Amino acid sequence: MGSGSVPSRFAGVDFYHIDSLLTEEERAIRDTVRSWVDDNLMPVIGQCYVDGKFPKQLIPGMAELGVLGANLPEEYGCAGLGNVAYGLIMQELERGDSGIRSFASVQGALVMYPIYAFGSEEQKKKWLPRLARGEDIGCFGLTEPDFGSNPSGMITTARETSDGWVLNGTKMWITNGSQATVAVVWAKTGDINDAKSIRGFVVPTDTKGFTGKDQKGKLSLRASDTAELHLEDVHLPKDAILPKSGGIKSPLSCLTQARYGISWGVIGAAMACYDEAVRYSKNRVMFGKAIGGTQIQQVRLADMLTEITKAQLLSLQLGRMKEAGTMTPQHVSMAKRNNVNMACECAREARRLLGANGILAEYHSMRHMANLESVYTYEGTHDMHSLILGQEITGLAAY
Amino acid sequence: MKIAVCLKRVPDTTTKIVVAGDGKSIDEAGVKFVPNPYDEYALEAAIAFKEKAGAGETVVYALGADVTQETMRTALAMGIDRGVLLQSPGSPDGFEVAKALAAEIRTGGFDLVLFGKMAVDDYNHQVGIMVAELLELPCISAVSALAIDGGAVTAEREVEGGVEVVTCQLPAVITADKGINTPRLPSLKGIMAAKKKPLELKPVTLGAGGVTVTALALPPERQAGKIVGEGPDAVPALVQLLRNEAKVI
Repeated sequence: MGSGSVPSRFAGVDFYHIDSLLTEEERAIRDTVRSWVDDNLMPVIGQCYVDGKFPKQLIPGMAELGVLGANLPEEYGCAGLGNVAYGLIMQELERGDSGIRSFASVQGALVMYPIYAFGSEEQKKKWLPRLARGEDIGCFGLTEPDFGSNPSGMITTARETSDGWVLNGTKMWITNGSQATVAVVWAKTGDINDAKSIRGFVVPTDTKGFTGKDQKGKLSLRASDTAELHLEDVHLPKDAILPKSGGIKSPLSCLTQARYGISWGVIGAAMACYDEAVRYSKNRVMFGKAIGGTQIQQVRLADMLTEITKAQLLSLQLGRMKEAGTMTPQHVSMAKRNNVNMACECAREARRLLGANGILAEYHSMRHMANLESVYTYEGTHDMHSLILGQEITGLAAY
Repeated sequence: MKIAVCLKRVPDTTTKIVVAGDGKSIDEAGVKFVPNPYDEYALEAAIAFKEKAGAGETVVYALGADVTQETMRTALAMGIDRGVLLQSPGSPDGFEVAKALAAEIRTGGFDLVLFGKMAVDDYNHQVGIMVAELLELPCISAVSALAIDGGAVTAEREVEGGVEVVTCQLPAVITADKGINTPRLPSLKGIMAAKKKPLELKPVTLGAGGVTVTALALPPERQAGKIVGEGPDAVPALVQLLRNEAKVI
């Protein structure tokens, strides 16, 4: 896509001098990923989105930079970063595109994290360095066609045999699903009503009976690979089970990691839209003056900047709590719910400010706007996070 | 192979510059500082040579205020082994800076001393060449391709209308031009590792020097464009303006 409308380097948005709350390393990491996105992702993302293609050629570069599983320890080939640094990486990737951030989120938080948290030492040594180097691509199979917000109801089963396990079931809306070489699949090992029997399995995708099929017709996250997984009598060895996984809490703890990253990531998308809107408002002349000089656009820009700044502070404090070990899933729900909604609003307002040009892939706001509808819905919908917070406040579950 | 690289901390080239109240320096408030882009070519060359040789040491030198350490850590994150900061507020006189750097580098036993061909903040093209002179070493400036073979270097320089190929014996001073390589981004692991690499601080006192900046001004604002008309009828007016006002034809 053309680059006439976009600056070659992104300068970020920092109205409240939040940079001063970051360490020198955190800023350096953020700036490095930002440069990488400018140089590698921005030149291709518009066309990838239009073509409905994930820019696979960027995986080695992302791996070399060290963004995959960046907050996991160095002994497994990861960068061993703190959680604020990890959040800033997600922010910069999603400044480019939510689909690219989704790829990194799934690889790091939903594939590498469960292997790290619930896997045996052998599983960790086998898989984590390969996943960090991008030599293996992972996907996470939890959601099913009829069980989205209610994953405990899943009907995928894992039956123990004399020499291992047999998995059967269908998983849907699986990011990286058709290009993955390894899947972390969640299944019930006991009765279909027994959510406590949910366990995780590491499934090489070339195992007989495993198929991943692209989901066609997406109008959102078009530069991301989303697939449906079918498991038909998939035979696995005994050591395919994640030994320390147990119950729905295990996959939910992965989602907490991923949602944490999302709460940061969407700030990047919102910053990209705000940045584009500001530039456009200063250059676009209508009725003889720049539209940035009109009250209606100034209200839009003031709202965007205010909401972005609030989200930045929310995520930074959440990150410090995660580093201190005081973060709860409910804290993450608030940040995911607030920040994704904020980013959706920014993207929509930016697209409107851009007028007719705003519908073109040459600009970024409408791509972000469409992407963010998925982000609003996945990893716990906006509504589910409202109910999680409602339960936290009242002690009463409404779901 | 022991290689020194000299680095300068400069304002980001995309920064909007504001002249400070004294009328001869820039207002540093809110300005982002980066390694001088030409020095990044020098850093990349040093790291790549060491990687290729499989042994040796790379050292980054800078002269500046204490905040320069942050810029130097970028070099360490890229892969340079250690750093030495000559603590001083800096100087408008390149010769004073060159004297301080040469005094420090002289005893280091370096095979190669690398610079960027110039700093993008003052465009002086001076310090690398002056350091070579002070160290009595051969100097090849504005190098766009560089190879080491045994005890000699071969360098290419882009000259008017062609390429000049130059060789000299090591030790030598080289100043790097763009085209010599593509500087790597530091990896995230590299950024974390940079924290643990040695960065030595040495106070230095510069002489007064012979050069003083007396004024610094921004370029004049661009004038708005002028539309003289449309179609063939507008041509005579356009020609007249190009000839008499813009004086380009």
